[in-house]
Amino acid sequence: MVWLNALIVVFLIVCAIAVERTKDLVSAVVILSAYTLMMSVLWLMLHTPDVALTEAAIGAGVTCILFLAVISRTERYE
Amino acid sequence: MMMKRVLTLVLFLSLFGLLAHNVMEMPGKFTVDAPAYNDTTQHYLDNAPSETGAINVVGAILADYRAFDTLGETIVLFTSIVAVASILKVTDKKTREESHDE
Amino acid sequence: MNDIIVKTVARILIPFIQLYGIFIMLHGHVSPGGGFAGGAMIGTSFVLYTLVFGIDKSKKKFSERVSEYAESGGILLYIALGLIGIIMAGSFLTNIDAGFPKGTPGSMFSGGMIPLLMIGIGIKVASTFITLFHTLIEEEEA
Repeated sequence: MVWLNALIVVFLIVCAIAVERTKDLVSAVVILSAYTLMMSVLWLMLHTPDVALTEAAIGAGVTCILFLAVISRTERYE
Repeated sequence: MMMKRVLTLVLFLSLFGLLAHNVMEMPGKFTVDAPAYNDTTQHYLDNAPSETGAINVVGAILADYRAFDTLGETIVLFTSIVAVASILKVTDKKTREESHDE
Repeated sequence: MNDIIVKTVARILIPFIQLYGIFIMLHGHVSPGGGFAGGAMIGTSFVLYTLVFGIDKSKKKFSERVSEYAESGGILLYIALGLIGIIMAGSFLTNIDAGFPKGTPGSMFSGGMIPLLMIGIGIKVASTFITLFHTLIEEEEA
């Protein structure tokens, strides 16, 4: 189980670097969504299902939708 | 210029050393000196179902022991939505010009 | 979005999402979850409705008047429950000592005022997300 946790942490680090280096903001939001979903799995591994549920609903769902709504009103490429 | 850079570097290195030393001196998670080591955690885990009737201890802490904290979070949400609505609310051109004239 | 598949799937899916959100919201004292997660699920179902059927139909379902009442009503329900604590037991947000029934731990009707507080938080969070999305996506008319 420790190895799975370490694998998820490595995935999170890769996702964080990828979000910072992506020029297309829509792609960055999609990568951020994947980041949040893996974060939710990590919370589940650490035995906190409350935080995992809230993270999956608010982080992966609502935050990305709000980011996309803001991008639709501004520019797509930075 | 060079002098200033060296001075900044020395200052930040000494600050880093001070902070690192402080981190090393912090009490660990399982020592008796740690501020987080008190009776509260064990009291919640033991008594939350009998005191509040909720078997989910997280829910009991959120809505009973720390209910005032949750009220603050709700008010933060309310303030954020009021701020967003007051800035981004779409009004048609006529009412906006009328309100500017006043 | 004018696609028959998306419309049909959304029409079937949205009630189940809302049902699951209400389940999570009401069982905050028994199982993991609570007001924030359940309210976010209900808000997301309305956002899906807006994305599929358009902003005009969605404004009919969740108009600004409903939004105003839900925004204020969630907090007012919370504060009213706290004031009951002041009247009955002397301090703000008292739970069992203020006379709320404790019930058998583990059943649906237990935990005193915790489910009622969760309903207040859930209404507030759901209405916040819906209003935020409507405000952001609204097009400016010339």
